Formats: sequence, C-alpha cells, structure tokens
Amino acid sequence: MLKTRVIPVLTIKDLRLVKSVQFTEHRNIGSFIAAARVFNARDVDEMVVLDLDGRKSGLKPELLREITRECFMPLTVGGGVTSVQDIQALLSLGADKVSINTEAVKNPNLIAEASRRFGSQCVVVSIDVKKTEGGYEVMITGGKEPTGLSPFLWAKEVKRLGAGEIFLTSIDHDGCMDGYDRELVQKVSTSVSLPVIACGGAGNALDCVRVVTEGGASAVSAASMFQYTEITPRAIKEQLAKAGIEVRL
Amino acid sequence: MNTVAIIDYGMGNMGSVLNALAYLKAPALVTRDVEEIRRASHIILPGVGAFEEGMRNLRKYGLIPILEETTKARKPFLGICLGMQLLASVGEEGGIHTGLSLIPGRVRRFQVDEVNVRVPHIGWNDVSSSSDSVLFKNVSPPIFYFVHSFHLVPEDKKAVSATCTYGEQFVAAVKKDSVFGVQFHPEKSQKSGLAVLTNFLEYA
Repeated sequence: MLKTRVIPVLTIKDLRLVKSVQFTEHRNIGSFIAAARVFNARDVDEMVVLDLDGRKSGLKPELLREITRECFMPLTVGGGVTSVQDIQALLSLGADKVSINTEAVKNPNLIAEASRRFGSQCVVVSIDVKKTEGGYEVMITGGKEPTGLSPFLWAKEVKRLGAGEIFLTSIDHDGCMDGYDRELVQKVSTSVSLPVIACGGAGNALDCVRVVTEGGASAVSAASMFQYTEITPRAIKEQLAKAGIEVRL
Repeated sequence: MNTVAIIDYGMGNMGSVLNALAYLKAPALVTRDVEEIRRASHIILPGVGAFEEGMRNLRKYGLIPILEETTKARKPFLGICLGMQLLASVGEEGGIHTGLSLIPGRVRRFQVDEVNVRVPHIGWNDVSSSSDSVLFKNVSPPIFYFVHSFHLVPEDKKAVSATCTYGEQFVAAVKKDSVFGVQFHPEKSQKSGLAVLTNFLEYA
C-alpha cells in the first residue's frame, strides 16, 4: 500500500537555511547541509529544497551537489527554474523532481515541454496561495505578485499540461505553525487527480493527521515544525499510523 | 578490478546513482564510451523520463549494440525505473515505440480509476519478492520509493521477480538471465535501496 509521506522542507537564502513567516522575515537558522544530514540520518521519506534566491541569481549547482552526495532519499528541488536546461541540470545533479513555480505561470508551456522531455513524474508545480476576500489566489515571485488565478483552476490546468504533482503552500499559514489550510488542500485535491503535498502551517501531529484525513493530502510537509520544535518526521508518522494512515516506519 | 558503468544517455539521475555507489565504495563511472562499458563488470541503466526520448537517446549515442553485446555475454545489468522499462519490446508512452526487447513485454500506463488512484504513483510502497530473488535477499523492510506512471508487463511471468500494488498489481522488478530491472529507485530508497544495489554488485 502506498504510504503517506512526511516531507521536511529546506528553504535556502544566501546559501543559509532560513525560516520565514508568511513568506517574509527570513531568518537565518543555520547550515542547510547540517539539516540535510540530520534528515538523512533520520531516514526521512523525501526532502524538498527550495532556493529562494533562485529566481534572482539563477541555479546554484554547488548547493545541490553538497546535499546529494550524502542523501539517499528522493529530492525535489526548486527555485529559479525557468527552462528545460535548468531541469536537466538539476536532475543530473541528483534531483529526482523539479519544482516550477513562477515560471509555470509566466510560461505554462514549460510544464508541457518538461513533462514531454523528462516525464510528468518529475515535474512538480509549486502553487503558493493567498486567501483573498472572495476566496483564494495564486501568487508568484515569492508570494509578491498576484496572478488573478484560482488555485483550483490552475491545478487542473497544470495537470492538463503534464505536471505530475502539486506542492501546495498556504502563504497565510507559512511559518505560523497554526495548522494547515485544510479547506484549501481539500479543494485542490478534489479538483485534480494528482498527488498534492500540503505545506504551510504544520505545528503538530494532529495538524498532519487532519490535513490527510480531511484535506486529502498525499503527503504532508513542514519547515518550521521540524526546525523549531522537537517534533521529528518519525514522530509525525507514528501519529499518522495511530490514526490508521499507512506510513513507512 | 570491478567497475560499474552507469550509462550516460542524457536521461536524468546518473548523479544519484553515482553517489549511492560511491557511498557503497563501488568504483563506478558515468559513461557513454563503448570501450569503458565493455570493460565494466556491471552495467546500470538509470533514467528518469519518457520512453521515446530514452530510446532516441540510446540510439543517438550509439549505445544499443553495446548493451546487446554485454547482456548477451551475461554481464550483470540493472535497469532502474525508465531503465527497466526500456528493457521491454514495446513502450506505450506517447505513442507506440520499440524498446531494447531484452525482456519481451509492453510498458503501459496504470489501468486504474484515476479519480481515486492518483497517477503518477509517487512515494513509498511495499514490494513482495519471490523467495529466491537475488536483489531482495536480506532487504528489510522491502519498502521502496517509486515515481512513475507506466510499468512493464512482461510476456513471460517467469521474468517477474517482485510485484507491488497501486490500484492494480504491477511488476516492481524483473530478472532474466543476468538482466535485472527495478521500477523503484534503489538509489533513493535509503537503506533498503542501498541493500538492493549491494546485492546487484555482489552478483556475478
């Protein structure tokens, strides 16, 4: 039976591991290599690595090279991916999946081209969402630029274009550890038949259980919870298992 | 000296496989040089991507004859993910395409209710192997990381060495003579995956 994954997220800025709150106030919290090493030793299911400077300063191969040398787990890498050449470069450095965010909106054809060339299983579209008066809106450029897109329609569109997975982040809950936006996750996961990784807001095991049972998430991810609390991915999985969710222990 | 040739045909994650072998202290090189491949003791065909592009690249780099030659000579060969699928005679991804035909069979998409069973199959899943399987000897737990939408259906059931279930039962590993294929990613499956790679390296 397929296991529900628990995925730590490393957000990197100026080559340091950072923690953000609602996509701002990036605080340097240490070495990303050290963090990657800890998660590898803890035998995590998967890791997501996002280079927040990627869009501005381009891909940094050295960043990934250091991580892949000692991590034998699936890696999704994103930040500044704008072309199939970028994707090729990341894959050959040891990424398994590549996450496309801003460029997916600006040039949706990249999703189609990437999935044709590398297969849809390695094309993750990252969708950052902000709550608005009327509902939800997809934001790009690190949450700064509104797009006018509905996350539910955009999710359908990226699936049509060939995306293989959706990494869904609630900007409002990012770094707040006040629980996932389950309504958002539930609406996206019912509008599209792709695996949805929920991100933004995890503060404890119950949040993770609920985003799976109520939100329909295929995987739960968190940054702050794993950096700032004593909670480990394994502890989360033990609680998921207690709730009857299949995990890899 | 044993050396593993990891075939470089521009299809993805050679780097991960090389890292895993380095960790296992197995001498390995990423290559598309026919002589280097001929000299290697073991061959790994990794791969992330689409079937058609994979075959096109193998053809473009002139690699098909050397793969046929070495497998005929019973040199241990391991296809991973797309590398396993390319062993088939036919791939159905993006049209009908001819494969390496080392394991007669077809590569087809999951035939499942895609509303309830999300495709691609991404994540960790249980694998059941036959008791005499070479690759899965002493591997515990047999849980591996998969990312794929297509899988190989061999004509000869004797070629099946492990299965997995995702909406339907599918073939997770094949073996015919000294040709092995795994649909999951051993290089990304933590200790269980490294154990599978070790078993392959010990096979001669």
